[in-house]
This record gives sequence, structure tokens and C-alpha cells, in this order.
Amino acid sequence: MDTKRTTFQNRWLPYVLLAPQLAITLIFFIWPAGQAVKSSFEREDPFGFSTVFVGFTHYARLMQDPAYLDSFVRTAVFAVAVTVVSMVLGLLFAVAVDRLMRSARLYTTLLVWPYAVAPVVAGVLWFFLFNSTTGIIPYYLSFFGVRWDHTLNGTHAMILIIIAAAWKQISYNFLFFLAGLQSVPNTLMEAAAIDGSGPVKRFFDISLPLLSPTTFFLFIVNVNYTMFDTFSIIDATTEGGPAQSTNILVYKVYQDGYLGLNLGSSSAQSVLLMLIVIVLTVVQFRFVERRVQY
Amino acid sequence: MASIDVESVGKIYTGGVRAVTDIRLNIADGEFIVLVGPSGCGKSTLLRMIAGLETISEGEVKIGSRVVNNVEPADRDIAMVFQNYALYPHMTVYNNLAYGLKNRGTPKSEIDARVAEAARMLEITQYLDRKPRALSGGQRQRVAMGRAIVRKPAAFLFDEPLSNLDAKLRVSMRGEIKRLQRRLGTTSIYVTHDQLEAMTLADRLVVLNGGQIEQIGAPLEVYHAPASTFVASFIGSPAMNLVKGELHGDRLAIGPAVIGLKGFAPTSGAVTVGVRAEDLRVARADEEALPFRLEYTEELGSQRLIHGAVGDQQVTAAVSPETELASEMRIAVDARRLHFFAADTGKRLPGNVPAEAKLAPAEPVV
Repeated sequence: MDTKRTTFQNRWLPYVLLAPQLAITLIFFIWPAGQAVKSSFEREDPFGFSTVFVGFTHYARLMQDPAYLDSFVRTAVFAVAVTVVSMVLGLLFAVAVDRLMRSARLYTTLLVWPYAVAPVVAGVLWFFLFNSTTGIIPYYLSFFGVRWDHTLNGTHAMILIIIAAAWKQISYNFLFFLAGLQSVPNTLMEAAAIDGSGPVKRFFDISLPLLSPTTFFLFIVNVNYTMFDTFSIIDATTEGGPAQSTNILVYKVYQDGYLGLNLGSSSAQSVLLMLIVIVLTVVQFRFVERRVQY
Repeated sequence: MASIDVESVGKIYTGGVRAVTDIRLNIADGEFIVLVGPSGCGKSTLLRMIAGLETISEGEVKIGSRVVNNVEPADRDIAMVFQNYALYPHMTVYNNLAYGLKNRGTPKSEIDARVAEAARMLEITQYLDRKPRALSGGQRQRVAMGRAIVRKPAAFLFDEPLSNLDAKLRVSMRGEIKRLQRRLGTTSIYVTHDQLEAMTLADRLVVLNGGQIEQIGAPLEVYHAPASTFVASFIGSPAMNLVKGELHGDRLAIGPAVIGLKGFAPTSGAVTVGVRAEDLRVARADEEALPFRLEYTEELGSQRLIHGAVGDQQVTAAVSPETELASEMRIAVDARRLHFFAADTGKRLPGNVPAEAKLAPAEPVV
């Protein structure tokens, strides 16, 4: 991509124009990130009077801490589940809407609504729906012999946050898949129809392969979302419980640092998270930009 | 191999827009039919109805002896070449060709043989492992043709297949399509807006306008005896001159000028007179002629087009490049070369069909 080169009369003007954005990035991102890196190598006394440089101690401890390693596994399960559920459903809805002619816009609007709902609200919404004493879903589940209680049952809690997180993300995936499907040239589908391929076969032989760049992009974005952007959903529903069963990495950073006041370990965890984001972003840019398609 | 019969077919889109009206067309087995007309004339809609990509609102389409109105495109035993080629971008050329055969459960060895044969015929054998994006426009066009050929269908449908190619390639691919069709003897329907393409490819031309057939006929027949002023102006380059005239007995008045018709006048009163540019010539001093005011010329090398006015009506004449030019000239025409059309309906008036219209085409019509 070649952007147009603009020439400024005043050589300071471009810097002035950039300054607000740079200031925000510096103050709210670069500086705190730097602080986190710094404090991940330090230990602070309980009252905050002194700090000692401890090198990689926090990192080493994390690598041996079963609670942290468990959280890693849980995060992976959570991320994969949310990504798969939300992408499959998003694609399903996109295929359904793509077949419509006149009502497509109405359905698109309705399907995008959940994305406008604040994460906390989404969390609370599902929390109430699944509430074991007053919720409607546990009531119906009881007919199937399921005693739903996400405050005691870790698996139930995990399912709850997966549903809550995926529900919001379906809208996003739906939009991208719909755009992807609509950009598949119609004549390709017609050619395939003449070539003797039915609607289902056409979808798997033509649409799906042509959607591969979209799919890959969404996969990375969704993993990123579930790993780092689901804090508020968890905070509003399970708060990491019961018994750590929904304590994913981002939430653990908050718990250890903000509630447990173990700033050094919390910082080390957030630095590790940052590394994961960096890796995912690099992967995304290397492959998505270069299109994985054909 | 099959004949195709289009019987009183019409198309009305949802919302009541009528695209095609009462098309009747019988296509013999092995015939090459070209549907030609300006954009929006319904030619593509008609083709797509035959292909099964559009529903047929009225009438019947028969392929062979079977009515196919409610038959899926895949089961109509046709193959289509699209304007944008519609090659599957994620498949190799081989798979593009083989896809239709695989879907029909053709044995692997048979697929290999057919793909190899088609590739050899189209000279794309060395590209079989490539993806379409690694091919040039002409090569993609060949792959699109190949995809149609391997299926050995009852009919080929071409939807403006050459309009994305540059002028030179278009001419050579045109020849190739004709050669292949002759060799395979497959019934073909070809849609184009290019009258030259239509003339050169067709066994029979179908000229469409406003969703209706204006004329069906062999290229020379359509060229030399156009059925209406629309066909007259659409087929042939430069377009046939159409001027308003008045018949008084055996004499034709065009503006202020009057010429004798030597008994070729079909009627009397107001008419539209058509004359091909190449049928006009500079008049000898001793013959009846039309006064011609020269405006500008176009050099084509082998001939020179002179544009000007007779009275207040625009006329173009094709003359030899050696012709002496003057701002005021006199041009003459053989009365037998005039075409007369009704002034109100634009339909051809009976009589006066030039001998060339009945000439057999260079190649025998199947």
C-alpha cells in the first residue's frame, strides 16, 4: 500500500498534529508497560517503603507455580472454545443471511446488536439467565436432570463464561464472514452450479476456501479477544471461581496484583501476556497481510 | 449434441420489470447461434434462462426433446463460458478443468484423459499445475473454454467470453472458438454486443432489441437485408446510413435532391432509406446524384470514410483512398442497393432483396 506523501509548510506542524495521539499512547500504554516490566524484576515490602531488585525470581516462580500453569491451560481451553463457538456460529449466521435478499439488512442489524452491549452487561445478562436459583435456563435444564450451579461447579462456570464471551463475539465474526461471503463472485457459484455442485458442496468447495483469509484473520482476533478482553465478563460473573476454575491469565493478573497485592508477580504475569500478544500480532501481520488464500 | 428449442419464452423480474418478450428460436444440432444486441436488450437474460441460472417466467426451453424449465443447471447437460471466466481461484488449472467431472463421479483415469485432451487442444498443457492468477488473460480464457470442453456437453453457452481481452487477442481467440466449435460440432449459443464478433462467428444471427427478436438470419442475410432500421444501424461498420426520404412514383426525394429508382420503388410516400457506406460512390458528371457537403474524413488505409451531409441529414460514404475530395461533392448509388423501411415502424418494406443476401455462406451451415 502506497500512501500519499504530504508536504507540510511548517516543519513542526506534523509533530504538533501527532502529539495528542503520541501523548495518549505514551502516558496510558508505553509508560505503564515500562513500569510493569520494571516492577516485574522487583520486590516491594508490604508497606511500599522499599523495593529490591530480584532479577528473574518472579518469572522463575511463576514457571513452577501449579496455579499459574493451570491458569495457562484454562486460558487455552477458554480461548479455543470461545473462538470455535463464536466463529462457527458467526459463519452459520452469515451463510443464512447471505442467502436472503430483502430481509438481509434487518437480520444483519439485529445480529450486530450484541456487539454494542458492554461486556459487563453481557456478563450480568448471562449470569442472571444461568442463575441457579432464579435463572430460566437452570429451570429448563433441571428437566434433563442437570443440576446447574456455576457457583459450585467449575465446569458449569467455565461453560457460562464461554457462552457469555462467545455470544458477544458472534456479531463481530458474523459481520466479517458476511462481507467475505458477499465478496465471493456470484459467477463462481454459478459456474460451480453448472459444474454439478449442489449448494452444500459449493459452500465447502468454493466459499470456504475463498474465506480462508477472513477465517485466519478472525481466528487471531478472536484468540486475542478471549485472552485479553474478557476481563469484565469474568469479573461480572464468576470472579475467577469457583476454586480458580475460571481464573484465566488476565483475571489472575488482576487478582494477584490488585487484590493479592503481589505486584511483582502480577507484573511478571502481565509481561508474559504482553509477549503472547506480540507473538500473535507478528503472526497475524506476517500471514494475514500476505494472504493465506491462493 | 442436441438441438435447442426456445418457445415463446419471456422473463419478468420480481417487481414486474419485463426483460424478455416472446422469444421463439429453434437451434439445430451443431449450429452456432449468436445472440447480438446492445446492452440491456435481454440477450444475457435469455442465455441465462437457457443455462438455468434464471427462472423462465413464460414459455418453454427444450434441450434435445426434454423440457428443461424445472431442471437444475447441472442436469441440463450444458457448459457455460463466463465473461469474467469464473475460474476457481484456489484450484489449479487441472482441478478447474476436472471439477465438473469429479462432481459427476467420472473415474479418475477418464478425467485424466479428458483433461489432457482438452489441454492439448487449447495448448495449456504446461499450465495445468498453475493457479489461475498466474495466467494471462488469454490463458485464463483458454482454461474457461477447457472447462466447458472436458464435460462434452450437449451445448456450449458463451456469455461475452472475449470482452475482457485486448483487441488483438480477441480476434485470434474468436478464430479459435470457431475452429473448436467446428471440430467438436457442439451446438453453441454465443452472446455478444460486438457486431463484428457476431458476423464472423455465427451460422445464424439473432438480433435482439428491447427484449424482442428483431431478426434471425445468416450473417450475410442480416447484413444485406436487415429487417428493420434497428438491425440496419446495428449490424455493419460503419453503420448503415439511414435518411428520411419521400417516394414519388419512381423517384426518390431526399431533402432537395431527387433521383430515379429504375423501377425499384416498393411503395410511395414517406420512407426511411438505408444505404451502406460502401454502396455510395462519387458520381460521374452525367448521372443523377445527391449533393454531398464534406465535413471530415477518416482514413482506414484500404478505404477512406467521408462524412458529410445530404441536405440536412448525415451521411457516410466509403470510397477508395485515391478519390479526389472537395467540399461540395456529388455522390451516387445504384438503386438496387437501397433499402427501404417504413417511416413509422422502421420495418423493412418488401421487395428489393439484394442477391448477396441469398449467397451461401463460405462454410456450409449445418
